[in-house]
Amino acid sequence: MRRRNFLVVLGASVVAGCDAVGDSSWFGKVVDRAQNWHRGLHRALGGGRIAMAPEFSRSAISPFFRGNGTQSIDTGTYRAAMEDGFANWTVTVSGLVEHPLELSMENLRGLPQRTQITRHDCVEGWSAIGEWTGPQLSTILDAAGVRPEARFAVFRCADNLNGGDYYESCDLDDALHPQTILAHQLNGEPLPERNGAPVRLRLERQLGYKHAKYLTGIELVESLDGIGEGKGGYWEDRAGYQWYAGI
Amino acid sequence: MKKRHALSTRLWHWINALCLVVLFMSGLNISNAHPRLYWGDRGFLPSEAWLSLPDFPGWITIPSYYSLAAARDWHVVFSLLFAFGLLAFMVIALINGHIRRDLLLRAAEWRPQSIWRDVKAHLRLDFEHGSGKYNVLQKLTYALVIFILLPAMIFTGMAMSPGMEAAWPWLTEMFGGRQSARSIHFLSAFALAAFLILHVVLVLLAGPITQLRGMLFGGRLDTSGGADAQA
Repeated sequence: MRRRNFLVVLGASVVAGCDAVGDSSWFGKVVDRAQNWHRGLHRALGGGRIAMAPEFSRSAISPFFRGNGTQSIDTGTYRAAMEDGFANWTVTVSGLVEHPLELSMENLRGLPQRTQITRHDCVEGWSAIGEWTGPQLSTILDAAGVRPEARFAVFRCADNLNGGDYYESCDLDDALHPQTILAHQLNGEPLPERNGAPVRLRLERQLGYKHAKYLTGIELVESLDGIGEGKGGYWEDRAGYQWYAGI
Repeated sequence: MKKRHALSTRLWHWINALCLVVLFMSGLNISNAHPRLYWGDRGFLPSEAWLSLPDFPGWITIPSYYSLAAARDWHVVFSLLFAFGLLAFMVIALINGHIRRDLLLRAAEWRPQSIWRDVKAHLRLDFEHGSGKYNVLQKLTYALVIFILLPAMIFTGMAMSPGMEAAWPWLTEMFGGRQSARSIHFLSAFALAAFLILHVVLVLLAGPITQLRGMLFGGRLDTSGGADAQA
């Protein structure tokens, strides 16, 4: 019995010790460094080519593509925008660009389109496959003219989740990747509200929370400091999820 | 005096043990985020799952409260130590002859009667048998762990990372899709947990003081021919 008590105490102190280490700031720095290692390895093992996320055949598409996070937006502005078929919805391109843009849905549909059947992986562990259509972000960024000092693209969204405005960000490597598109169609239909109507980001080499929905703006910046709480995204700020979600 | 366990083996043994415990316990926390397993590329619905897992309680998870983000942090850090540790151990064990000399079965040891004799000896709790450093069942188990289960954990883990999958799509395909890789990751993790328990029980039965001293300080290599107590 004494030995058992000893084991329970030992187990409890290991767990308590881990909790204390996990909360410390030096462990946070170790995590950031490890995260960069993973990212570096992913890029290096890609062998210098543009590593593409796998694309699937139509038969692999999920019968129902669920929504996660925000499923519906209750603001008057969004409801009104939906009422008139998002005719006045715009996506702005601002920040470190030569020519700031304001693109309507018609503008986005008028650009060369890419259609891709890809797998969406949630950080929780589930996966769904869907067919997405929209212009490549690189086309838009080329038109806007990204200034050399820009290092990140920040994505602004119309949804407010638990009191915080949703936003996300990625580096220019991912922003200019051929599979990074602003999708306005899912499985050949206009994007449903739960999946981010009228337009969302697809960032295929990273987990689901990076794929910002209800997109309203793209801002090119040099640093993520001072945006939100500075960690590069809604879930990064709120729950401490990794900024590089390719792991 | 020659040491029973090389310094590299001892170092790796304890680093690997730490990694396995941290990765297993943080993995159980990650499992709680979506406790269902599927085969193939995709899966979400309970009807698509082949296994529903229980909710793992706080005393066996890292951290001790539910936090997917914090558990992933532990996983992100220790997966690197775990993978590069195994790689370093394998390279050194190949060079210093540990694999060839101690881990691979000799032709005679593959005979069914030799394996059966070893099973019977284990059931009698007689661990002092066999001609090499390790007996037949030990070699089989260590080889299964080092060459199959540990690499399976690493490669299925890599196959699940979307960034890694873009670099090595064939790896995810080899496991039959991301959700299959995830299922195999779980199965291998529980096989390793079972190994760890069995390993500790056998160490306790075979003489924990000698065993621990051996794995900490190297121990003494019995060169007279007979094998000494071991687990």
